[in-house]
Amino acid sequence: MLQVRNLHKSFGGFKAVNGANLEVADGEIVAVIGPNGAGKTTLFNLITGILSPDGGQVIFKGEDITGLPAHRTCKKGITRSFQVVNIFSRLTVFENVRIAVLSQQGKTFNLFTPSKRLVTDETASILKSVGLIKKKDSVCGALSHGDQKVLEIAIALGGKPQLLILDEPTAGMSPEETARCIDLIKALRNSMGLTILFCEHDMEIVFGIANRIMVMVRGATIIQGVCDEVRCNQAVQDAYLGGSDVCSV
Amino acid sequence: MGARKSIVALVIILAILAIAPLGLPRFYTYLIALIVTTGLLSTSLNFVLGFGGIYQFHHAVFYGAGAYGAAIMISKLGYSGWLGFVVGPLVAAALSFVIGLICVRLSKLYYGMLQISLGSLVWAIVYRWYGFTGGDDGIHGIPMPELVGSPLGAYYFTLIVGGLSLLVMHRILNSPFGSTLQGIRDNAVRSQAVGVNVRRHQLAAVVIAGFFGGVAGVLFVVVDNSVFPDMMFWTLSLEITIMALLGGWLTFLGPMLGAAVTVSLRTFVSGFTDYWTLILGILLVLVILFLPEGLLGYVFEVWKRRTSESAEE
Repeated sequence: MLQVRNLHKSFGGFKAVNGANLEVADGEIVAVIGPNGAGKTTLFNLITGILSPDGGQVIFKGEDITGLPAHRTCKKGITRSFQVVNIFSRLTVFENVRIAVLSQQGKTFNLFTPSKRLVTDETASILKSVGLIKKKDSVCGALSHGDQKVLEIAIALGGKPQLLILDEPTAGMSPEETARCIDLIKALRNSMGLTILFCEHDMEIVFGIANRIMVMVRGATIIQGVCDEVRCNQAVQDAYLGGSDVCSV
Repeated sequence: MGARKSIVALVIILAILAIAPLGLPRFYTYLIALIVTTGLLSTSLNFVLGFGGIYQFHHAVFYGAGAYGAAIMISKLGYSGWLGFVVGPLVAAALSFVIGLICVRLSKLYYGMLQISLGSLVWAIVYRWYGFTGGDDGIHGIPMPELVGSPLGAYYFTLIVGGLSLLVMHRILNSPFGSTLQGIRDNAVRSQAVGVNVRRHQLAAVVIAGFFGGVAGVLFVVVDNSVFPDMMFWTLSLEITIMALLGGWLTFLGPMLGAAVTVSLRTFVSGFTDYWTLILGILLVLVILFLPEGLLGYVFEVWKRRTSESAEE
């Protein structure tokens, strides 16, 4: 579904992404891991078009989408959540998701129908599926951090994605919230048939839900493979897992 | 926020204004018409400033464009007044499209700086082009259609067109376009990520705001039968920005209230002292320090607090 080939991006002299390769197949959950500053978020920004790459290719469903701006990649079927909560803070939970749905349906240039009458069912069903329906009228700046992260995912779902990209979905969540969020991600794949690409620091989560894992160090991909392959790879252990032998665990 | 309440308040105010000329001297109806005109201009600015988060520093240029568009059609080209009234706002919208097209590539303050330069350029052209615009004299004694030729006719025309313009803008702000615009204001990156073409929406918003700025310009022509370059000088843009901040830039009717306060101050206080702007300045400082959401914003806040308290009891 998604292929990333030899992607490059520098900021000034700093090579944030320096030869990233990634392969995501239909219906798969793929995790990207790597130390802080490895370029995971930049990679996601390049794929979704928030940033435009200096070199390399992004192919989505056989089509070259390299450098396509964010609002176009979204229409192609890639939506995302952000690592740092990034929502419309003055609007309610419901309004946040509704903007995404309105945009997905190409209704944002409708000038005269009150928004209140449009896409209420679609929006409500998304909020139900992520468990935020009871809080739909809260102004989202007032939600707990965990709920805001879930709202992030709900907004991303509003774009009716085929590929959902989650940037550290459980960062800053309490253990209970984390558990719920993991169940949610699994449910999205199983019941809605989404393909999911995410990055995460919590190894338990990564090895728990990912089908395959890609490891990035200093902007470059060092390996992509199934969990055991990655766990036993010497380069990964040296660079990331602290050099200790976790293969036997 | 309080959308229905805003509408109800608007209707009540309009009803009072409709019967006002029966008991008021002509001077006051002129003053009210001027407040509605200036308030409409400030509201159209706030459409992009408060609801779109777009730093439109020189909005008055569209006021001038609408007024000059109508004045030139009528006085220089000899068309009927009604045609001039329609062409004025269209000229303003077209100018807004051109300036917007150049400016939306930039964001925030950079947008504002470029917009103020381009607007000032238009002002300079109007100020110098004696043959076409009347230069610094402007155009006076513009003939009006009979219906709006009398002060009373002009008053009601201003009231009706001003009221309709407010309703249309209010409606647009509650449409998907309006929701999207407010989304862009709150978070442009997120809007992009849900598939919104941010620049295209901003451009459309700027054109709509320019159009209604032009409508306000036409209303001024109807009320005053004249145009002059000061109508598109940047100090007026500053004044209408102050009105929006004073009244409450996150509320729909705030700019109208700000206009009422400012225009009244100018009218009554300037009779006593030339330094009326000093009083306006002090008022603005006080509002920014103590009521950061403006006068109407504060009223709504108190109202909301009361209703939520009484709901809890």
